[in-house]
Amino acid sequence: MTRAVAALLRKDLQLELRTRESVPAMVLFSVSTFVLFRFALDRERLEGDLAAGVLWVTLLFASVLGINRLFVTEREQGGFDAFLLAPVDRTAMFVAKALLLFGFLSAVELVAVSVYSVLLLGPSPFQAFPGLPLVLALANAGVAVVGTLVGALAVQTRARDLIVPLLALPLLLPIVIAGAEATAPLLAEGGAEALPGRWLAILGLYDVVFGLIAYAVFDFLLED
Amino acid sequence: MYGRGLKPLSIASVAALVGAFALVFFYAPEDVDQGFIQKIFYLHVPLALVALGGFVTGGVYGVKHLRSGSREHDMKSYVAIHLSIILGVATLATGMIWAKASWGAWWVWDEPTLVAFLIVFLLYACYQPLRFAIEDPDRQMRYAAVFAVIAGAFVPICFMSVRFAQAALVHPRVLDQTGGGMPGSMFFTFLVALAGMTLLFVTLWKFELSSKSARMQLAALRRRLS
Repeated sequence: MTRAVAALLRKDLQLELRTRESVPAMVLFSVSTFVLFRFALDRERLEGDLAAGVLWVTLLFASVLGINRLFVTEREQGGFDAFLLAPVDRTAMFVAKALLLFGFLSAVELVAVSVYSVLLLGPSPFQAFPGLPLVLALANAGVAVVGTLVGALAVQTRARDLIVPLLALPLLLPIVIAGAEATAPLLAEGGAEALPGRWLAILGLYDVVFGLIAYAVFDFLLED
Repeated sequence: MYGRGLKPLSIASVAALVGAFALVFFYAPEDVDQGFIQKIFYLHVPLALVALGGFVTGGVYGVKHLRSGSREHDMKSYVAIHLSIILGVATLATGMIWAKASWGAWWVWDEPTLVAFLIVFLLYACYQPLRFAIEDPDRQMRYAAVFAVIAGAFVPICFMSVRFAQAALVHPRVLDQTGGGMPGSMFFTFLVALAGMTLLFVTLWKFELSSKSARMQLAALRRRLS
């Protein structure tokens, strides 16, 4: 299992390093969205609720881009068939793809949050440490699990790029709610306030529940 | 094969609904604060509860389909979700009328129950686009079942996180420990209305199932003839 996951992960990372398809697109998309928000809201600096909301909406839409691309090469280049022929547990595919998406999201956030704090964020981003990385990691885990499921569901349909946002946005809404509520006090003007613990608990619960469900149902999406 | 017992079931659900509305208008007392408009409660709440129950039923049959692979369970799951979406539209409509009458606005955002129901409804509204975007019938059934399971688990999580997000609770909580402090006559009327709505859901579900299975049998016979 571990070896299969490592092999799949290595293959996907190599593919991303050579084609540079997903992460640069997600980063560019996030930066353009920040610029859009600057003009759409007509504010030069954001803080508190608004800063958290803009950050989470941008990250959510960027992750939809990543989810869209997650399984496309597998389907188009026959990766699914090769994987099903190999004598390994099918959950390996799920774990590898979820880890890959988690990595992509973390890389995107590293750049996007830095750009955000230069372009739009009023208070210093350093006041949000170490709460912000913690919230982002918990949210990334949830997005990775649900995104892998949605990506696998949608890749076999006729209208993949329509189905992914339609399914992912409502499913990921609890993450946006909890993420925005948890980050808003961290980005408050004039020093961070305490990190609200119950939102971390909600994020953790979401991760656990959907992790278990994904573990239970993912195999059926590969059956053929 | 789903046609058995349809007639008594239909009669029972008509009787229960007529009885419930008779109780609503002639027996249940008028609410002191809200007056007559409060009677929409006996329609709105059963609609919402039966719709949510139908979504969960769809998830349960989705699990059964994944375990057995039988077409029958997939159809039961599909029809349950399909009907619940229709009931969901009715819930949102009656809820908005009630909100306008008693809170003065068609939509209130600081209301966790409304917001959560809307999100759940939006998610399930994607069930049919997803299902009919898949051509292969076996895969269609399997993927729809996976969606039904994921969405069924999403329902409680969504209600919980939205409820936590807003501290203020204006929406009446009907199903807390004591029946929401309603007088007994109101609670009795509500229970009859809920039973009537559940019977109506089951009747429609069986009608739709028997029509679908009859259509499939007909298609199979036609194929054999030609």
